[in-house]
Amino acid sequence: MTILEFEKPLYEIQEKIQELKEISESSGMDVSNQIENFEKQALEYKKELYSNLTPSQRIQIARHADRPNFLDYVNLITTDFIELHGDREGTDDRAIIGGIAKIDNQPVVIIGTQKGKTTKENLIYNFGMPQPQGYRKALRLFYHADKFNLPIVTLIDTPGAYPGMKAEETAQGTAIAVNLKEMAKLKVPIIAVITGEGCSGGALGLAVANKVYMLEHSYYTVISPEGCASILWRDASKAGEAAKALKITSEDLLKLEIIDGIIKEPLGGAHCNYEEIGRNLKETIVRSINELKKTEPQKLKEDRYSKFRRMGVFCQ
Amino acid sequence: MTVKDWFEQRKEMQIARRDKETQIDDSIGKLWVKCYSCNSQLLRKEVEENLEVCPKCGYHFRINARTRINQLFDEGSFEELFGNITTADPLEFTDTESYKKRIALAKAKTNMNEAVVSGVGKIDGNLVSAAVMDFEFMGGSMGSVVGEKVTLAMEEALKRKIPMIAVTASGGARMQESILSLMQMAKTSCAVAKLNEAGLLYITVLTEPTFGGVTASFATLGDIIIAEQDARIGFAGRRVIEQTIRQSLPADFQTANYLMKYGQIDIISSRAGLKSTIAKLIKLHTKQE
Repeated sequence: MTILEFEKPLYEIQEKIQELKEISESSGMDVSNQIENFEKQALEYKKELYSNLTPSQRIQIARHADRPNFLDYVNLITTDFIELHGDREGTDDRAIIGGIAKIDNQPVVIIGTQKGKTTKENLIYNFGMPQPQGYRKALRLFYHADKFNLPIVTLIDTPGAYPGMKAEETAQGTAIAVNLKEMAKLKVPIIAVITGEGCSGGALGLAVANKVYMLEHSYYTVISPEGCASILWRDASKAGEAAKALKITSEDLLKLEIIDGIIKEPLGGAHCNYEEIGRNLKETIVRSINELKKTEPQKLKEDRYSKFRRMGVFCQ
Repeated sequence: MTVKDWFEQRKEMQIARRDKETQIDDSIGKLWVKCYSCNSQLLRKEVEENLEVCPKCGYHFRINARTRINQLFDEGSFEELFGNITTADPLEFTDTESYKKRIALAKAKTNMNEAVVSGVGKIDGNLVSAAVMDFEFMGGSMGSVVGEKVTLAMEEALKRKIPMIAVTASGGARMQESILSLMQMAKTSCAVAKLNEAGLLYITVLTEPTFGGVTASFATLGDIIIAEQDARIGFAGRRVIEQTIRQSLPADFQTANYLMKYGQIDIISSRAGLKSTIAKLIKLHTKQE
């Protein structure tokens, strides 16, 4: 497992405890009391470490190579997943994957951005950066859900829509814009969860939802802190400052009333315990679907509209 | 001084010199201006009379919202609405300068209170609701105020059952408002959904430059999308793309002509023809009694 820079002291302590255990076993000395004491201290330290992370440290967790990706979550929270491929116009973008599945016996359309865990996988999934064709595939699946009255679940983890030549030629901006507009028209429950990185229009293109949640250590922002730093500070190394100023953590966004809730991650981050994060995610989605299913289709649409209509802070 | 330092210093001096030059070229009220495109020295007055288009080569200079409104609307017909909505600083954002200071500077520089003017007015006798963006105000970036005023203009169109015209000029999102700025993309696009459902005509005019969050929201959602001649339009900026794909892009990349070749816009219009084109489109979409 990849150990992050700020986690090193913690792992050093844990290594020392392990050493002590080995010594006690081989020498027959009983130091179990001390070990227990050390372990308690280590756990306290761990809890404190992860509850006082800076925004840039949390970004490192959100970008962790071992963090569960879309297909992991599909395995963890759904059954009977059937992938539906392609935009029907010549492309099957792999950075966005979608299909139908059951969550707790409820059929849904589930769509998300997919990241790889290895370089090889990331080349296939383009590091989770969709092309316009990915957004068009998502749109086709949104219409499918609307037609068959299936709730929509989107799971978002993207550094942004891909900034490439072909992406521009095939209208990246338009593809995202059309999704924003069309999501406003759908009459089924839409639940969006930012699971890792929620960067810019590339994330929003799947997130015009009735309920928007964030995993505890995910982040959601208009621009990556690195991009912001290089534009406003003219210095990409100021990304830490930018991350703070941009207010991108789940707590910040809950306070700003942009999201509806935070999904708790296992201690150390989602990658430390797949089952636990899967359970928490599923629990939130199921509760949310059950609540939204009680709402009339027309009202679902109106509620979604009013939710985004209210957003923004200005003087009058 | 190392070689690297020398290069850095030289680069900075070049940038400073270039900034100074463009300042002279841009300063309104000066007698002469230089065309960016053909380098001709032009009489300021002559350029003004030619709708801020180079009389020699036809290059379209950037214009601010007030000038655009004067050019586009029948004389005295434009009534500004929602001008009382002004910028807040909800995140108390500071980079190398505080957001409050940047707003104050932009206000002083442009004599505008935000990067968009909303209102109603007549185009060759046709009453429309409009939102006209201003690139001079913080690069036309979209924050809460821009998003709100664009949305209100659309709601005005809905209320009065008249066409909606959006003239865009923007570098993209207002980073100083972070997530609130991102949400303006959703807000404005949802408002377009309402125009669609009401069957109202929505025309967008993309002018130099239109990028980022504005491209990825209400700008490209027009029933008819017009690009003004010489406009550059895109989602990602040229430099970002070049750094990502590690190759240089064609010279005409993201120009109006390039976008037309790729089927993204309906019409390219010269500034001189813009008003009559919009008027004609409105008439063609008006139900015949």
